[in-house]
This record gives sequence, structure tokens and C-alpha cells, in this order.
Amino acid sequence: MLEIHNLHASIAGKEILRGIDLTIRDGEIHALMGTNGAGKSTLSNVIVGHPAYEVTEGSITFNGQDLLQMKTEDRATAGIFMSFQQPVEIPGVSMQQFMRAAVNARRKALGQDELKASDFLRLMREKRKLVEIDSRLVNRSVNEGFSGGEKKRNEIFQMAMLEPTFCILDETDSGLDVDALRIVAEGFNKLRTAETSALVITHYQRLLDYIRPNVVHVLLDGRIVKTGGPELAQEIENRGFDWIKSLTPNPSPNGEGNSRSSSLI
Amino acid sequence: MKANEIVATPLSPRRGGGDEASQYIDLYASQRELICSGSAPVMNAVRDAAMQQFAAQGFPTLKEERYRYTDVAVAFAPDYGLNLSRVRIPVNPREVFRCDVPNLSTDLVYLVNDQPLLEKPIPYVSSLRQACIDHPDIVAKYYNKCASVIPSLSEKGPGGEVLLNTAFAQDGLFVHVPRGERMNHPLQVINILRSPVDMMVNRRVLIVLEEGAEATILLCDHAMDTVSFLTTQVIEVFCADRSRLDLYELEETHTSCRRFSNLQMTVGSDCVVSHNSITLYNGLTRNTADVALTGERSEITMNGCVVADKNQHVDNNTLIDHIAPSCTSRELYKCVADDEAVSAFAGRILVRKDAQKTSSKETNNNLCATDTARIYTQPMLEIYADDVQCSHGSTVGVLDQQALFYMQQRGIAEAEARLLLKNAFVGQVIEQVRLQPLRDRLHHLIDKRFRGELNKCTGCALCEPHPQPLSEGRGA
Amino acid sequence: MSDKDLNKDKLSGPAQPLSENRNAREERDGNASAETSNDFVRRIAEQKYQFGFTTDVHTEVIDRGLNEDVVRLISQKKGEPDWLLQFRLEAFRYWQSQEQPSWGHLRLPDIDYQDISYYADPTARKADGPKTLDDIDPEVMKTFDKLGIPLEERLALSGTAVDAVMDSVSVKTTFKERLSERGIIFCSISEAVREYPDLVRQYLGSVVPYRDNYFAALNSAVFSDGSFVYIPKNTRCPMELSTYFRINARNTGQFERTLIVCDEGSYVSYLEGCTAPMRDENQLHAAIVEIVVLDNAKVKYSTVQNWYPGDSEGRGGVLNLVTKRGHLRGRNSRLSWTQVETGSAITWKYPSCVLSGDGSQAEFYSVAVTNNHQQADTGTKMIHLGRNTRSTIISKGISAGHSENSYRGLVRVGRHADGARNYSSCDSLLFGNLCGAHTFPYMDVQNPTATAEHEATTSKINEDQLLYCNQRGISTEDAVGLIVNGYAKDVLNKLPMEFAVEAQKLLQVSLEGTVG
Repeated sequence: MLEIHNLHASIAGKEILRGIDLTIRDGEIHALMGTNGAGKSTLSNVIVGHPAYEVTEGSITFNGQDLLQMKTEDRATAGIFMSFQQPVEIPGVSMQQFMRAAVNARRKALGQDELKASDFLRLMREKRKLVEIDSRLVNRSVNEGFSGGEKKRNEIFQMAMLEPTFCILDETDSGLDVDALRIVAEGFNKLRTAETSALVITHYQRLLDYIRPNVVHVLLDGRIVKTGGPELAQEIENRGFDWIKSLTPNPSPNGEGNSRSSSLI
Repeated sequence: MKANEIVATPLSPRRGGGDEASQYIDLYASQRELICSGSAPVMNAVRDAAMQQFAAQGFPTLKEERYRYTDVAVAFAPDYGLNLSRVRIPVNPREVFRCDVPNLSTDLVYLVNDQPLLEKPIPYVSSLRQACIDHPDIVAKYYNKCASVIPSLSEKGPGGEVLLNTAFAQDGLFVHVPRGERMNHPLQVINILRSPVDMMVNRRVLIVLEEGAEATILLCDHAMDTVSFLTTQVIEVFCADRSRLDLYELEETHTSCRRFSNLQMTVGSDCVVSHNSITLYNGLTRNTADVALTGERSEITMNGCVVADKNQHVDNNTLIDHIAPSCTSRELYKCVADDEAVSAFAGRILVRKDAQKTSSKETNNNLCATDTARIYTQPMLEIYADDVQCSHGSTVGVLDQQALFYMQQRGIAEAEARLLLKNAFVGQVIEQVRLQPLRDRLHHLIDKRFRGELNKCTGCALCEPHPQPLSEGRGA
Repeated sequence: MSDKDLNKDKLSGPAQPLSENRNAREERDGNASAETSNDFVRRIAEQKYQFGFTTDVHTEVIDRGLNEDVVRLISQKKGEPDWLLQFRLEAFRYWQSQEQPSWGHLRLPDIDYQDISYYADPTARKADGPKTLDDIDPEVMKTFDKLGIPLEERLALSGTAVDAVMDSVSVKTTFKERLSERGIIFCSISEAVREYPDLVRQYLGSVVPYRDNYFAALNSAVFSDGSFVYIPKNTRCPMELSTYFRINARNTGQFERTLIVCDEGSYVSYLEGCTAPMRDENQLHAAIVEIVVLDNAKVKYSTVQNWYPGDSEGRGGVLNLVTKRGHLRGRNSRLSWTQVETGSAITWKYPSCVLSGDGSQAEFYSVAVTNNHQQADTGTKMIHLGRNTRSTIISKGISAGHSENSYRGLVRVGRHADGARNYSSCDSLLFGNLCGAHTFPYMDVQNPTATAEHEATTSKINEDQLLYCNQRGISTEDAVGLIVNGYAKDVLNKLPMEFAVEAQKLLQVSLEGTVG
């Protein structure tokens, strides 16, 4: 589904990603863990096409398509969805207006007709129940005045509406209490099909109790320094990231040792 | 319609480069009899003084603080015809024209240029000229009196374009709601500009709400023909104590229209008044609004929304004069300028010495969409009382880049995302429209406007050099 | 004690007015808590001006009146080269063709430009101006001592070099030699014309051309003295530079001219202070300050303006009609204006910034206090021309008595100023309802990637805060001082420390009696 090869990216001239290699197959869930500033959010932003980030080297392909050549919206309609860490408030644009535009864009990309207004409203109602989101919320402006938990739930609601094939959950657990976390995670699990893949970005094991990953990566200083099974997440939970830092650095995933980063570790 | 059916009096056969004011002075001198015979004594009584004053002061210049963004003289320089001999323009507006704001269950009045066509008698509404004949004492009590009641206007005197209107206006609309009465339906006034030749129209509106009266009035400006129009409009509004008025103005004309509108309003005590000015499509527009709060505890809301592109020019200039204590004013103007458009907003809040306990808030937000568009904003607070809460704010900004990205991540194309954000930007003003059907309609119109669809169906000279035959009308 | 008494008294030293004020305050403190705000408003009018004394010094004053011969005479007295005389004459001819502007929210009295003397020299006893301290009339020395500006370097505030200007002539510039070791030029502009003609010629009038406005033309024709500062490349000026302006002679105008050039990668902080004696007639002060900031350079310009504001009836006072402008020519150059305006009968002043260098940043911080019959129309202009330029405007107006206090500012973003940002915040505080507080911000934006934001509020002093202070035993007067200083804090914080202390005191004195 998603193949990332030797990805280097920078923001405002500063290199953040220093050679990422990552392959996510259909139906797989990958967790990406790491400390603040390791480059986790940069990676997700580069995948969805945030204009502030510049890819200086490497490639990303999505179902065979060269993702880096595609506009943000085309990546989205191709089936990539990101649950934002801090969803932006858009005063004056109603959730209905907004979702209708998004759903129809996705349908158009899939070669489907636009939804009739009544069908669209019915779809909104169905999906709303799935994530236990209040009808009042969907009648407001996008994210405006939502609490942190409501915003995250709204992200999952939008995922339900758009039925993506690849999801990025960017620290979806941050700022959520246990109940809210459970609702969001269960919502995500309900929405998953056998083909849905995901990249789950988190600091903590907590979220991974609900969303079980197949593979866990640790990102440090712009590189994936360790990859393992679900047990790796548990180990990090127990021993902290310093433990990873103290390890002899993994051979760089692309096979090239880099003396500069070694010295940093 | 043949051109010769309108006896258009040209301003001057051939101007020899004289100054812009002189052609109007000459025309008045030569056509005074004709002007008066096409009007009524009450209106005629004030003409000479107005013209005298105009001759003395001429047009305002860019050096005058209130006119720094619009060159009035240039707009008045071309040669326009005037329908001074009051030839009826043979047109049935209901057949040829359907306004973009239908189905409001309103009482409808058409004004073809400045001549009212009432479909059926509407209580409290009549032609101004007819009112001068039927109720000369009432009209005389109010006509051309507003400026003298608003201190800030009487101090400086009316601008040249207002004086011209007083000198040349022959007809218009009179709304008089007696004490304690209310209009059954909102009154919708559809101003239609029609002419086979370049035309100057001088329209006058007088609205009088007696104590406790209530009214909702919507004034829509449209142009049916692609010739150039120069419109002057003076709206005088008198709101007596405890009256309520919602006044809406919507301009949807074309790029060859020049509009100079002056709203003068005095508000008594315990009134609730709103004014909404929406410029959707135009050429050059200068809207002046002066409101004097002369009684205690009144509330005024003034909102405006401007969507301008191409080489359109919109200049909104407002004054809220707090004379009496304990009044509240709220003002919100939102403007979007694209292409080579110019949008100016200057709003002065004046709180006089005795206007203690005033609460006033003024906001102007703008979007400048290109490096050839231009935004001027000038909110002003002038305060002489200390126990007040006054604030103003203005911004010129760009669309929220984060919101744009968020929407694109959801698969919404950039152009569509921008459109949604622009709609949301001006939508804040539309949300304040109290008439729900009008509000819905305006949202729809603004969406169409941003999509570039509005101009196609209004016979805009720039986009559609050969408009469809008038009789086909337009879909609503 | 009335203003007149104070004047007659010809205070012998700076300590006396201060202690007088303190005594007066103590007397009042006795019943301060019983004071109503009406009393307060009434008493605002009773404030004292500490610096109203005159100096009895032999001063050579040229005859009143203004014509080409006077312009030539001034130039001749200063021994100027021909190019400068021609500059003056062109400016004078232009000035004659112009009319005094009337757009300010001010009632500017008719100024009889022929009734003013355009040159007054208190150092004229010596043929060529004073060379050493010994050459300076002791009375002049005393004057600056009284003002708290000792001209003997050993007595000077550490870390501050001073150029002291009385009437039309620079009396003394301290620490000149020490600064010159680093290549820094700090001297009077007259001296600069003689010693560094090429530098002066290159920059004079390049930021404020004489055609800029009526008063700029007047200044360009008759400017007398002022300071010249040049900071060479990659130099951090080791001390604060300051100019102290004093008007002394009767019926003279002061037309100072200051030029500051900060070369690439350098930094300077410059302070300006001003006072004048109390006189019943208006005194004209029409200055020009030009600042040039090159690549990566930074200039901080602070003013504490305390010209004589006129008496409580509105008689006399300085007409302060000033054009100040900085040109941020270089990439990433920075300029910060800070002003505390408490004096002058009329203030007409808009310290401005032209941001042409990409990435340049400008700031304007202002506190303007008006009392009695003072009028101020002051603010700034931020002209964004370069890319990614930024400006910040923070203005605090305080009006009391019968005064009029207006903020007037312009933010313009040119077509090519991609990414320009501006933020303006203008607050006004009113004491009593006999005064006016006004805000006139103008914005003119022509770039789709620029953002500009303005907000303003007007209110009276918060009575809950006053009550709270009173309840804690703080007198109304002191409470007002506290609250006003808190209100102005954002601006005062921007001043160099000694100045900030001075400015705080000044605020309190200016509002003495109003506070409550």
C-alpha cells in the first residue's frame, strides 16, 4: 500500500527526516513511537503533503502512485486520511457544508456520483452513531468551540464518512481521558476493514492497547532506529526512550552508517 | 424600446473642459422650470438653496477626510442624460425582471429609475411626489431636514453629491408608519435602472417611523441595461422613540454603474435599528451612512458586506454619532477585494460629552486577494465622555492557511476550499440578517458570486457583451 | 503655589521643585481617601512644571523674521559649504509655496513666522564656540546641572554620552573622544558638516526630504543644531548616546536636526530629552530626525518629551511639530521608537519607519499624556515595502483636564511586501469628561500575503481597581499612579533603565491631582 524509500525532508531549511524507509502492506497497522522532535509529525505531514515541508530526497509511493507528485487533496481522495494532532477550527464553515464537499470529492475520485442531499444527511446520521458524536456538534462550524475530546472524535467521524484505505492517527491519544480514548479507538476499530492500513503515531503504549499494531517503529533524530513487534512498544513503556538512545545505534535502515548521527547518540 | 422614447436631457452638449461642477450648475439654470414641473412644491422649495450651496462648494475633493478614497468629481464628469421631463419608461418590470430575492412574502414596489410602480396599494407607502401633493405638511416636516438634525452633518454641511440630489431629485419613495403601527410584511423595493442612453438618476427616499412604529425595508438595486448609470440616492430616516427598523440595502448592478448613496438617520430613545449594506456587484459605489443617536437607550447595528473584483470600487463611509447617553452601537463590515478591485471602509464613532454609558464596538475585516487589489481601512474613535466602553478593530488578512490545508487533506480541492473560506468570511455578516428567507438567499447569492456565476445572469456588460433579450428574464 | 510664583522663584537647584512636589503631595494625602473623582479632575489642573526656570546668559539672538537673508545668515554663522546653503534655500522657497497643514485633530494657533527669531546662541561670547568646559558660560553649565544633565564627564551618568543643545547651538558633547576610538562619530550636526561633509551630504534629507511636509521644509531651511551619529560597520556602541534639548531664549524657535546612520551589523541606543522655560507665549519647535539603518543593524531611539506644556489656562507652551523617520534600508535591519510624551502645548509628531529591507522589523511604543489644555496628535507610520517585514505599534493615550489626545497612525503594505505583518494596539484612558481621546488608524494594503491587525479600546480608569487600592490603604493619588504606570508598562519597559525611572516619575507628576 505505502512505500517510503530513503525519505529526507526539511522545514525552513532545517533537515528533520534523514532517510526513512518504511513499507506498510494492505491491512497492516504500524505504530510509530519516538520522543518530541524526533520527526513523527513531520513524517505524517510529508505523507499528506503539507506545503511547509520540503522533500529533498527519496520517494513515497501509494498503491503504485508517486505520492510526492500529487496535490494534498488528490492524496486525500486517493484514500489517505490523517487524524490531526490539533484539528483546526474553521469558523463560518458548517460541518455539513464541509463534509459534503469532502465526501463528494472522494466519490468523484472513485468514479461515483455526488450524493443527493437526503442521502448525504442519512449517511451523516449513520456515521455519527458509530463514533457516539452529538448531533449538535455536526450542526456547528468545523471544530469551532469543540473540546479536545470532541475534536478527536470529530476526526474519527470524518474518517467514517470518507472511508479511507490508509489512516494516519497523529497522536490521537494526546489530551484524551481513558473513556474518550476508548470511544475514539473503538470507533476506529469498527471502521477498519481487512484492507485498511494505518500508521499510528504515539508516545505511549496506552493507545496501542486498543489499536493493536502489527509492527512498531522507533523514530529518533529523523531515522527509524529500531523496528519490532508489539512487544517493542511494551518494552519502551517499561524502560523509556532513553533505553533506545543508550543502545548501540541500529545500522541505519538504508544500510548506510552515518557517523554524525552516531555521535549524537 | 427606442431611444427616442426617452427625452433625455443631456448634461451639456459638448463640455469644453470646464470643471465638472459647472455642467450641473448650467443644466439647473437652464432646466429649473422643467425640473420643478416634474416634481412637487415641497421638493421644489429646497432646490434653489441646494444648488446655490453646490455652486459655492462644488464636489468634494480627495483632500477632504471623508472623501479621500473616492474621486467624486471624476465620477460626475461624463455626459449623462436626465429624464427631467418625466417620460414614463414603457416597461413592465414584473414581466422582464425577477429580483434575486424572491418569495419573501414581501410587499413589492418597483422603482424604475426614480419612478415608483406600486402593484397594489401598500399601507404607509407611496410615491414621494404623490405624498408631497397628498400630505404636503407631513412631507415638509421631514423632507431634507435630516441633515440639520444630525449635528455632525449640520456642522460640515452636506457633500456636493447630496446637494445635487436635492437640486435634481423629482420623485422617489415615501414610507410613513404612524404611531404604534407596523407594516404587515417586509417592504421590498426593487430599484431598476433602465435606459437606452447613459443616464443619471437622482432618487430620494424618505422613511418616517412615528413613535413605536415598526418596519422592515429591503432596497435592492439592479441595472437592466448595459449603458452607464450614475445614481445619486439620499435616504432620510426618522425613527421616533421606541420605533424599530430593519433596513437592508443590496446592490447588484454592473461595472458601468456609479452609485452615490447617502443614508441620513436620526434615532430617538429606546429604538432598535439595524442597517445592512451588501454590495454584491457594482462598478463604483460610495455609500455614506450617518446615524445620530439622539435619544437614550437605543441600539443600532450597522453591518456591511462587500464582494468586489475586476476593477470595482466600493467605498463605505459611516458615522455613528452618540449624542444621548446609554446607547449601544455595533458595527461589522467585511470586505473581499479580488483582481484590481478597491475596497475602502472608514467608520467614525463619535461619542459626545453627554453620551455617558455608551457602549460601542466597531469591526472591519478585509481580505486582499491579489497584489493589484487594494484595501483601505480606517476605523475611528472620537470620544469626549469618560464613562464609556468603546473599542474598534480592523484587520487585513489572508485566508487561514491551516484551515486550507485541513480541508485539502479531506480531499477538498484548493479552489473549493478557498471558496468555502471566503463564504465563511463574509457569511458572518449575512448571519446577522434577521429575515430568514433573505439570509438564505444571500448565502446562496454570495456563493454564486464567488463562483463567478452571478455576473453572468445579471447581464453584466463586462462578462456578457450581448445579454440575452430582456424578456427572457432570469431564473431565480 | 501658582505657575507664576514658581517662575519668579527661579529655582536654585533641581532638588527644590522635587521636594516642593513631595510636600504638596503629603499635604493632600491627609484627606486623599475622602476625595471624589471630581476633586481629582479639578486638581489635575494644578500640576506643576519642574523645569520652567530660565537661565540668565548672554545670548546672541538674530533679529526676528524669516527671509532668504536670514537663511543665508544662519548658514554663514555656521560656516557652511555652498551645497548646504543651496539645500536650505531650496527648502525655504518650497516652504514659501506651501500652507500650514490643518488635518490634525488640533487647534493650531496662527503662527506668525515673522515674529520669531531663528537663531539664538548662548555661547556667542567665544568666537568659535566653546572648546573646553572652561569656555562655557557657568550659567549654561548650571542649567544643565539643574536639569540633571552634568556636562562634566566625571559626574555624568555612567554609560551615557550627551550632546547638550541650548537654543540653536550645541554647547558640549561628552565622551566624544572615547567613542571615536571605535570609529563612532557623535557630535553636533554643525561640527559634522565641517568635519564629515561627505557623510552628512550623503544622508541629509535622504529620509525626510524637505518637500515632505510644511514643517520639514521650514526645518530644512533654518535648522540650527542637533546631533550627528555614525556607527561604523559591526560595532556595538558601548554607551547610550543622548541629546538634551533646552529652549531658553525668548521668542526664538528651535529647529534641531538629528541624523543617525547605523552601518551594517551595528547597534546603537539613542535617547532624547527636552525641556523649556515657562513663558506666556508659545515657543515653536520644529525638528527633523532622520535615521538610516543598514543590513543587520539595529537602532533604538527613545524620547522623553517634557517641553513646557503651557499653564492651566492654556497660555504658552511649546508647539512641538516634529518629523521623525527611520529608513530600514538593510536586510534584517531593526528600528524601535519609544516615546513618552508628557509636555508641549501641541504635539504633532509621527515617528515613522520605511521598511524597505527584506526581513526588516520596526516597533513603535508610545505613551502620550495630555492634561489641562494640551493637545496631542501623535502616532506613527509603518510603510512596508520589503518582503517579510514586520511592525508592531503599541500606543497608550491618557487624557485629562481639557486636553485632546489623538492617536493617528498609518500602516501601508506595498504591492511587493510579501509576507508583511503588522500588529497595532492603541488604548486610551480618560480622566473626566472635559477631555477627548481619539483613535484614527489608517490601513492601506496592496498585498495578498500580508496581514495587518489593529485594535483599540477607550475607557476610563477602572474604579474597582481604585477602590481595591483604597481599601488596602493606598491613597487615590498613589493608586492612580500605580494604575497608570501599569497601564503604560508595555511602553515604559522598552526604555533604557534610567529613562524608565524618569518617565515613571514624569507620568505621575503630569497626572498629579488627576489621579483618583
